[in-house]
Amino acid sequence: MEQFFQQFTNGLAVGGIYALVALGYTMVYGVLKLINFAHGDLFTAGAYLGLTLVTTFTMLAHKGSVLGIGLLILLVMLLVAFLGAVLERTAYKPLRKSPRLSVVVSALGASIFLENAMMLIYGARIQVFPQDILPGIPVRIFGVYIPLLRIVIFGLSFLMMTGLYLFIQKTRIGTAIRAAAIDQGAASLMGINVDRVILTVFLLGPALGAAAGLLVALQYGEINFLMGWSYGLKAFTAAVLGGIGNIPGAMVGGLLLGVLEALGAAYISTSWKDAIAFCVLIIVLIVRPTGLLGERVAEKV
Amino acid sequence: MSLLEIRSLTKRFGGLVAVKNVSFGVEAGSIVGLIGPNGAGKTTVFNLITGIYRPDEGEISFNGKSIAGLATHTIVSNGIARTFQTIRLFQNLSALDNVLAGRHCRMKSGVLGAMLRYPRERREEKAALVSALQALDFVHLRAEAQNQAKNLSYGNQRLLELARALATKPQLVILDEPAGGMNEQETTSLISLIRKVRDRGITVLLIEHDMSLVMRVCEKIVVLEYGSKIAEGSPQEIKNDEEVVRAYLGAEQED
Amino acid sequence: MRFSRTGIFYLALALLLAASPLVLNVYWLDVLNSVGLYAILGLSLNIILGDAGLFNLGHAAFYAVGAYTTAILNTRFQIPVLWLLPVAGVAAGLFGLIIVRPIIRLRGDYLCIVTVGVGEIVRIALINDVFGLTGGSNGILGIQRPHLFGFIIRRPQHFFFLIWVFVALTVFLFTRLQHSRFGRALNYLREDEVAAEGSGVNTAHYKTAAFVLGAAWAGMAGTIFATKMTIIAPESFSFWESVLMFTVVILGGSGSIPGVLVGSFLIIGLPEVFRGFADARMLIFGAAMILMMIFRNQGIVPAHVRPYSLEGLAEAESALPEPAASAEPAENLQAAKEVR
Repeated sequence: MEQFFQQFTNGLAVGGIYALVALGYTMVYGVLKLINFAHGDLFTAGAYLGLTLVTTFTMLAHKGSVLGIGLLILLVMLLVAFLGAVLERTAYKPLRKSPRLSVVVSALGASIFLENAMMLIYGARIQVFPQDILPGIPVRIFGVYIPLLRIVIFGLSFLMMTGLYLFIQKTRIGTAIRAAAIDQGAASLMGINVDRVILTVFLLGPALGAAAGLLVALQYGEINFLMGWSYGLKAFTAAVLGGIGNIPGAMVGGLLLGVLEALGAAYISTSWKDAIAFCVLIIVLIVRPTGLLGERVAEKV
Repeated sequence: MSLLEIRSLTKRFGGLVAVKNVSFGVEAGSIVGLIGPNGAGKTTVFNLITGIYRPDEGEISFNGKSIAGLATHTIVSNGIARTFQTIRLFQNLSALDNVLAGRHCRMKSGVLGAMLRYPRERREEKAALVSALQALDFVHLRAEAQNQAKNLSYGNQRLLELARALATKPQLVILDEPAGGMNEQETTSLISLIRKVRDRGITVLLIEHDMSLVMRVCEKIVVLEYGSKIAEGSPQEIKNDEEVVRAYLGAEQED
Repeated sequence: MRFSRTGIFYLALALLLAASPLVLNVYWLDVLNSVGLYAILGLSLNIILGDAGLFNLGHAAFYAVGAYTTAILNTRFQIPVLWLLPVAGVAAGLFGLIIVRPIIRLRGDYLCIVTVGVGEIVRIALINDVFGLTGGSNGILGIQRPHLFGFIIRRPQHFFFLIWVFVALTVFLFTRLQHSRFGRALNYLREDEVAAEGSGVNTAHYKTAAFVLGAAWAGMAGTIFATKMTIIAPESFSFWESVLMFTVVILGGSGSIPGVLVGSFLIIGLPEVFRGFADARMLIFGAAMILMMIFRNQGIVPAHVRPYSLEGLAEAESALPEPAASAEPAENLQAAKEVR
């Protein structure tokens, strides 16, 4: 039972990460109907930029400093948001009127470019990330010892998710994003500046993804330029699971996938862990492509 | 017995009943028109007949056999061809390739035949080309044979769709707004084209908003409104039918 | 037809290739071997992606099935490699059949993701030594060389001929395929699935056929790869490999056979020329993909409209093709049932 609880909370923490990254995929897909293959690399960029900041401004690494950590996360989010906007303007905007396949290829190209840029700048080997920034003391909940780190990470992801949800539901731009996701044409006819909506999505999504990358770095203490691949694909699975294009769906999907994966790894096998995620993905796409929370859209003939 | 018989056809999309208890027949060798205000369910009826949707209730029989629920391509090889309301041509392919698509279900060769080029395959290809060119001749588009479909004028694209449908050697051809976007002169030649089709023994069922075309070419007209049939009869009868007049002119009568 | 631009291209290519073993050293010959292998893979993927328009980003899985089938049967049962060529093709084709059946209704993007997932699952299965057959992450070693009438194909020069003859055969057969009922059906599927179905094309059947054929051919390429390297391991069948094949087809000219050949020369051959720049190559590769899509998204050699020679068909009068009389639909339905 204790084992189960450990794995469950572990799953929640990982799931929170997946959810943050999944939100980036789902928002972009909702508005542009594009699978942003480069999103995973923005996640990685978050981790690497965090490393640069921490080594340059050592005050940010001051152990246990809430202000320091907060500032670090904020800075990383801002930087990568900027990167996301640049990505959109260079690789996606020129292709808005092109066939779908072109944008997919461009996304792949962008992903390759970003990955290798990071490899050239930081080197191909695994980098060490200072690990004692977040407190590591175990905390006792329901009689079980859970690392505080795990709680903090889950808490932070949850906080950001809630923030995004409120943003989407309550602000004008948030409503604009939802409108554009349903029907871009109609939205622009209603006076919504679709271009600005797209830009916003490419600021928010990458920001969240970068935060997730930083949190992962903080948790595991090591980063490499390929980490975006695995997390990216899993997060995409989470987004699809919840209903691609559906924001609450991405959150639910992320948490669910994290828990399923943790329990699966514990009770089935660890080496097949990744394959489980893909199997879930394929099954969802075959059986219920619109996901758990998504809606069916009929095509007019 | 009619060539095509529709009985109590019903189709729902979520809460909306698009087609409600519609019944009518299409006699072999006739030209029948299906009309009604926008949203009346006309294209849905077509999509039900051609297998794009499954009916929730009711029957559709063709040549005495039930075809409801069959795959679309099977219905086509059974003898019902169609054109689409929004033009659905293979835009990047040539006009000839488009018409050859219709011919596809009347041919047999597969991968092996293609790679090995048996004499039978070669003969089949040649016959297909001849037949496709004939279909293009019929709609006076022979000259555009090797031109990409997207380069054709709107009116010609509609004619090309017709040629493609005719290449399937149908018994019944269903035309969804064939005169859409055509001017007076083009519409007149379309009418004579439709008559020529019928004279070859092919039955025609069409949807149209252009009333003058419908009145001139159709022998029988079926009127739908909000998914239900409200009238059926000759053009003369329909013109004078109160329900039809109300459906089309509706609110204006109340002023 | 003989003097068409395509014909000249093939002739020039054939001459250049024939001269290569005499002029180039072993290193560059081996580069050309890689180019040839990716040409075969590209052509097989082209059937699925270029002709039928199905987004397949997991093609390496089929490559792997073929290679591993050959490796396992050869190292465990000593079956000669050349005999295993068709066997690998059938195995990969069957795998393709199993994969495509459940996903046949999926829309473009979703299909893409599933194929990525399949590719990854296959790779993970190979690493985990599924069924105890695949040798885990070390792979399988000791695959024999092909024997042809007592002659052992062993050196790069030998493989050069094996590979490029196979390429020539593939180009020949696939070109014929393009100019046939089957090839047209794939294109109809690509251009507009609803219209294709509505014109009488059994779209489910042709999606399946495209996948199976493409998979089978990739499987055979896998055999050649296995016997050329004599060692195979899961890393050779990663997502990156699938991306390479995908890029070869798309950048070269989706749907165009000469395009795919050009694509494989560029994607595989060119980086070798720039080997000196090592890591910056990939950066340029990624940037090139983006730029190509912005400025020339049909690829370097775009597929052109299928040409027909129409002289000699003047006997077509302005007659309508005969409508089917009542008896005909029944027999055509029979015929339609027998269609491959």
